[in-house]
Amino acid sequence: MSYKNILRRLVFLVMVIWVAATIVFFIPRISSRNPVRERFAALARTGGFSPGDLETIIASYNTKFGLDKPLMEQYTDYLGSLARFDLGISMNQFPKTTSELIMEALPWTIGLLFVTTILSFIIGNLLGAMAAWPKTPDWLRNIATSFVLLQGVPPVLMGLLLIFFIGFRANLLPISGAHSIGVVPEFTLKFLLDVGKHQILPALALIFGSVGGWVLSMRGMGVTIQGEDYVLFAEHKGLGNSAIFKNYFLRNAMLPQVTGFALALGNLVVSAIVVEEIFGLPGLGTLLSKSIRVNDFLVIYGIVLFITIAIATLMVLVELLYPLLDPRISLEN
Amino acid sequence: MTNMAFSQTQAQSNDDLQPSRLTLILRYLRRNKSLTFGLLLLIFLIAFTTIGMLTIDQDRAYALAVKSKQAPGAEFLFGTDFFGRDMLAVMIVGTWQTALIGVLAGGLGTLIGVILGFVAAYFGGIVDKSIIGISQILVPIPPLLIQIIIAGTLDKRDVTIYTMAFIVVILAWMGPTLVMRSQVLSMKERQYVSVAKLSGVGDVGIIFMEILPNLLPFIVAQFVTQVFAAVFASFYLAVLGLGPVREPLLGNIIWAAMNQGAFFNGWWWWPIFPAVGLVLILGSLALINMGLDELSNPRVRRSE
Repeated sequence: MSYKNILRRLVFLVMVIWVAATIVFFIPRISSRNPVRERFAALARTGGFSPGDLETIIASYNTKFGLDKPLMEQYTDYLGSLARFDLGISMNQFPKTTSELIMEALPWTIGLLFVTTILSFIIGNLLGAMAAWPKTPDWLRNIATSFVLLQGVPPVLMGLLLIFFIGFRANLLPISGAHSIGVVPEFTLKFLLDVGKHQILPALALIFGSVGGWVLSMRGMGVTIQGEDYVLFAEHKGLGNSAIFKNYFLRNAMLPQVTGFALALGNLVVSAIVVEEIFGLPGLGTLLSKSIRVNDFLVIYGIVLFITIAIATLMVLVELLYPLLDPRISLEN
Repeated sequence: MTNMAFSQTQAQSNDDLQPSRLTLILRYLRRNKSLTFGLLLLIFLIAFTTIGMLTIDQDRAYALAVKSKQAPGAEFLFGTDFFGRDMLAVMIVGTWQTALIGVLAGGLGTLIGVILGFVAAYFGGIVDKSIIGISQILVPIPPLLIQIIIAGTLDKRDVTIYTMAFIVVILAWMGPTLVMRSQVLSMKERQYVSVAKLSGVGDVGIIFMEILPNLLPFIVAQFVTQVFAAVFASFYLAVLGLGPVREPLLGNIIWAAMNQGAFFNGWWWWPIFPAVGLVLILGSLALINMGLDELSNPRVRRSE
C-alpha cells in the first residue's frame, strides 16, 4: 500500500464532503423561502403576538443563527462549524442540537440497516451464484433466478405489500411503531422481544427489496467466471463440485460485488429512511420527515450532510480495503 | 411448367431460410422472456392509462369529487379515499403522471449524459478531466438527499409534475455520462472510424454517421435505466411528502394514505392500489432492462 494513494483517496473524500456541504448551504439560500419567517408567521397565527413583535423576534433569531451576516461570511462560518462537527440547533425542539437529535435516532437506523444489508448481501450473492452455476439442480436454479424479479419492487413498496398481507390481512405481526403502545421502554427480555417483533416486517421489506439487485449482478458475474480457465483447470484437476464452487467460483465472482456494495450503500440508506417513515419507526428517516413537515431546516441539512459523509467515508474505506480481498489489485494504480 | 414449379419451391425454401424481420423479432422475443414480459406489461400499462385518460372524467382523481371512504365495489371499482377521490381515476391519472415524470426526467438525463459523454470522450484533455472529475465527486452523494433539500426549499405551490421531473434530472446525468464516455472512447478506436477519418469525413459526420448509430443500443439501455431511476426517485420524494401535494401522483397517494393511518382505519385499498401500480411500472422497466442486458451481453444467455 502506498501512502500517496491513500492520501489521494482521502483528498477525494474531503472534496466530496465539501461539495455536498456547499450544495446544502447554497441551494436553500437561492430560494425565496425564509424558514425562520415561515415558522414564526405560523406561530403568530396560533399564538397571537403582534406583527411588530414578529419582526423583532425574526431579527433576533437571524442574529442568533448568524443569518444577518454577508453570505460569504455565513459560508465560512458554516464550513468552520462543520469542521467541528457542529451541525447547528434545532428550531423545532429548540435547545437540542442537530447532532443530539441525530445521535438519538441513529441507533435505530443502524440496527435496522446493519442486519438487513448484510443478510441481503449474503442471500442475494448466494442465490445469484446458484443461478449462474451450471451444476445447480434445475428447481433450485429456477427459484434463485426468480428472485431477480424482486428487483422491480423497491423496499418501500415491498414494505407496503408486507404490511397489507402479513400485518393487515393475516394479522401476524405489528405493522407500525418500534414497540407496543403503552409499554415502558426498559431493558428486559420481554421488551426486547417486543421491539424485535416490530422490526421483522421493516427488515423483511429491506431484505426482499434489495436482494434482487444482488442476485442479478452476481448471476452476471458468475456466468462470466464459469468460463474462466482457472475454473476449467480446477474441474480437470478433479476437484469436487463444492470445492470449485466455494474456492474458485464464488470467491472470484464476489470481488466486484464488494465494490458494488459500496455503491449500493447510498440507495440502501435512503430506502431504509423511507421504510422507517412508512412503518413509523424511530430513526433518522422519521426524524427527517418530521423535520420536513415543520421545516426545521438546520436539522434537515444536518441529517442530509451526516448521511452523505457516512456513505462517502464508507465508500472510500471499502476502496482502501479492497486490496486485502484481491491481492492482484494493489493501491499503486 | 416443371421449371416454374422448381423455381417456386426454390423461392419458398429461400423464404424458409430467411424469414421476415417480424418473424425474426418474434422468434427472438420467445427466447428472451424478460424482454417479452416487460414489453407486454408496459403495453398494458400504456393502454390502461391512455384509454382511461380518454374515457373517464379526470376531475374524479382530485379531492372532493365523490363520496369518501367507499370500499371497492360495483360503484367504485377501486374504492374511494378519505378525501373523496375515485381511486380508479386516481390510478389512471396517477400512472400517467408518474410515467410523465419518469420519461421526462429519464429522457433529459440520458440526453445530457450522451452529450457530456460525447464531449468528454471526443475532445479529451481538460474538458474530459473536468467532466469526469465533477461526475465522480457527485456519484457518492446520494441524489435523493440533495433532491430532498431542493424540493424542501421550494414553495409548496411551486412544486408541480414538471418541477418534480426537473429536480430529479439535476442529479441524474452522472451515470449516463460515465457510461457514454467509456463507450465512445472504445468506439473511437474502431477501424471503421479510422476509415471514415482517412476518407475525409468531418467530426460532425463521424459523430452522427459512424459512432451514434452504433451507440444506439447503449443509449436505449441507459434511457430505460434512467426512467426507472426517475420513477424511483420521484416516488421516494412523494412518499416523504415533498411531491406536488394536490396531484394524484401515485407516491403522493401513498403518502396521504399513510398519514391518515389508512391501515388502522381499514381503508387498505387506498395505499395498496397505488403500490401495486408502482410495482407494475417499475417491474416492467426492470424486466425490459434485464432483457436488453441479455440482448447486448450474450454471455448471460448461457445460464438460461
